[in-house]
Amino acid sequence: MQFTYSLLLPDRKEFLEDIKMINNISAKLLEAKNEPLWYFNKNSLIIIGVVVLGLLLFPFTSPSKFAIHLMMMIFMHAVMAQSWNVLAGFSGQISLGHAIFFGIGAYASAYFYVKFQITPWIGILIGIGISGLIAMLIGIPILRLKGHYFAIATLLIGISFQVVFQRWPEVGSSSGLWIPINRESPWSSMQFHKSKVAYYYISLIFFIASFFLVWLLNRSKLGYRLRAIRDQSDAASSLGIHVSKYKIIAFIISAMIMAPMGSIYAQYVLIVDPNNAFNVDISILVLLISVMGGVGNIWGPIIGSAILIPISEFSRIYFGGTGHSIDLIVYGVLIIIICIFRPAGIVSLIPRSFREREKAK
Amino acid sequence: MTSQVVIQAIISGILMGLIYALIAAGLSLIFGLMEIVNFAHGDHLMVSMFSAFWFWMLFGIDPIYSIPLTILVMAVLGIATHYFIIRKILNSTMLVQICATFGLAVAIRALAQFFFTPDFRTIKNPIIQGKFEIAGIFIGQPQLYASLVCLIAFILLYLFVTKTETGTALQATAQDRQAAEILGIPSNKMFALGWAIGLSCVAVAGSMLSNFYYVFPDVGVNFSLFAFVAVALGGFGSITGSLIAGIIIGIVESVGGLLIDPSFKLLYVFAVYLFVVIARPQGIFGRY
Repeated sequence: MQFTYSLLLPDRKEFLEDIKMINNISAKLLEAKNEPLWYFNKNSLIIIGVVVLGLLLFPFTSPSKFAIHLMMMIFMHAVMAQSWNVLAGFSGQISLGHAIFFGIGAYASAYFYVKFQITPWIGILIGIGISGLIAMLIGIPILRLKGHYFAIATLLIGISFQVVFQRWPEVGSSSGLWIPINRESPWSSMQFHKSKVAYYYISLIFFIASFFLVWLLNRSKLGYRLRAIRDQSDAASSLGIHVSKYKIIAFIISAMIMAPMGSIYAQYVLIVDPNNAFNVDISILVLLISVMGGVGNIWGPIIGSAILIPISEFSRIYFGGTGHSIDLIVYGVLIIIICIFRPAGIVSLIPRSFREREKAK
Repeated sequence: MTSQVVIQAIISGILMGLIYALIAAGLSLIFGLMEIVNFAHGDHLMVSMFSAFWFWMLFGIDPIYSIPLTILVMAVLGIATHYFIIRKILNSTMLVQICATFGLAVAIRALAQFFFTPDFRTIKNPIIQGKFEIAGIFIGQPQLYASLVCLIAFILLYLFVTKTETGTALQATAQDRQAAEILGIPSNKMFALGWAIGLSCVAVAGSMLSNFYYVFPDVGVNFSLFAFVAVALGGFGSITGSLIAGIIIGIVESVGGLLIDPSFKLLYVFAVYLFVVIARPQGIFGRY
């Protein structure tokens, strides 16, 4: 019966591979259970500490207004890209509508300040809450969709939000909400007209906080489960991981990281309008930054943001109004080059031995 | 509201729908062949509209006569896109494929904005213009001819894919790349051909659209969204599906705008998409 055996062989092989994969994932999950959550590598801790200290002291070196603005933009876009990265890196779903949560954050803080004089600090929290809720409502039906269908669905929903806010009189329709200038109490109104340093510190705090959150998530059981779903969703569900539930959790976390950036931006420019707050360009930009730096890697968004944002800010200075498209030309070409030659992003250019050492510790 | 108004809306919806259908057919063909969604499809449409515009502006060639030239431009662009970008990401993950075509879209749109400025342009005094009236229903000549030309192009495409030897080879490659290669069909050439044909569809639609539509760098955005919806509705890879889906979208857009509120036109079409992909993910005529 040699013949039947050889016919059976491929199936058996596949079966054995499946078993191996499942064992692999369950071993990883077990490892996650036993590993302490708070574990710091001494060297990397020192490096991170020095960098954070440097960023905290940066405003004391009397930098120009532009330098402060540039740093702040880098922080904000790094957080926004990190938010996108949480969804793409942990659940493998590609969102083309992340501007939704930016816009909701911006509108939430501005709306409650303009209509009810609620301080934007609470407005930020309200924005986070509403974003999470909307992420859940959007996520439950569409996170079941796979690949292109999900990407196109988020693109369409993102544009739908813009269209609705353009025609919603309660939030000022197309002209948006103008945040009244308040010079008496800068802290309670979260407006700083004398210098941009306060905005710098606010965005720096959110930057550090969100990265710490993602770092924790990355090491937690939740993170391992999400990665198991991303890599092998069938195997993960056979181990009893509720796939769609965890995908929705990743989407909610992602939305909650995005929302405060919208609020801060609204307080920074003091106007919220649907064309800017729900701009498709924001959705595209966060995707480009993440892919540039490295999807699924916690450092990817920082690197991508530190490279792409200066390009756009400097091109705005040197080329003026038309510069808006020069940076996009550079972005588009760069992203194509990255996709062709370095699909894992710029992070993958860092020598492997260095990264392996970090991981091995 | 009389029945005449409704009929008017349905007819103008069908006319626009035929144009959407041809754009979607190009997208569907490319997806069926290599499972890549061309997120730059709308921007390719914009390029073809600008091509028709510049042939008129610089050489005085009417859009209806410049169709072959525009097809040539777009076919070359399609083959170049395949050769320089798509060929290299065929075996990459879906994320990379989406990002590459998205990057292409961003670059093309930004280049158009840089060179042509975001101004709205129109072709003045084209050969086809004006409108006529049948029993109280007004039909714009440009729209009518555009939809007729698109329908003819669509039929030619269908005949090419189903009746000719090359078309059968295309279908074979779409069904099973490796099996087709064993039979001596070079899949790489078929992919290049697919891109050339896909963008030729866009070239025909773009030339006819430039007769009556504004030409500006962002013009492709809405058309590409409708094309995605049409392709999802008709089933990715199904060419006949995209014809019917295109017409459905045209009717939903114009009748929805008439009956409910014209400012939310886009949303009705999006709602159709969400409803279809959630209820029946393979589309109405989907293969899988």
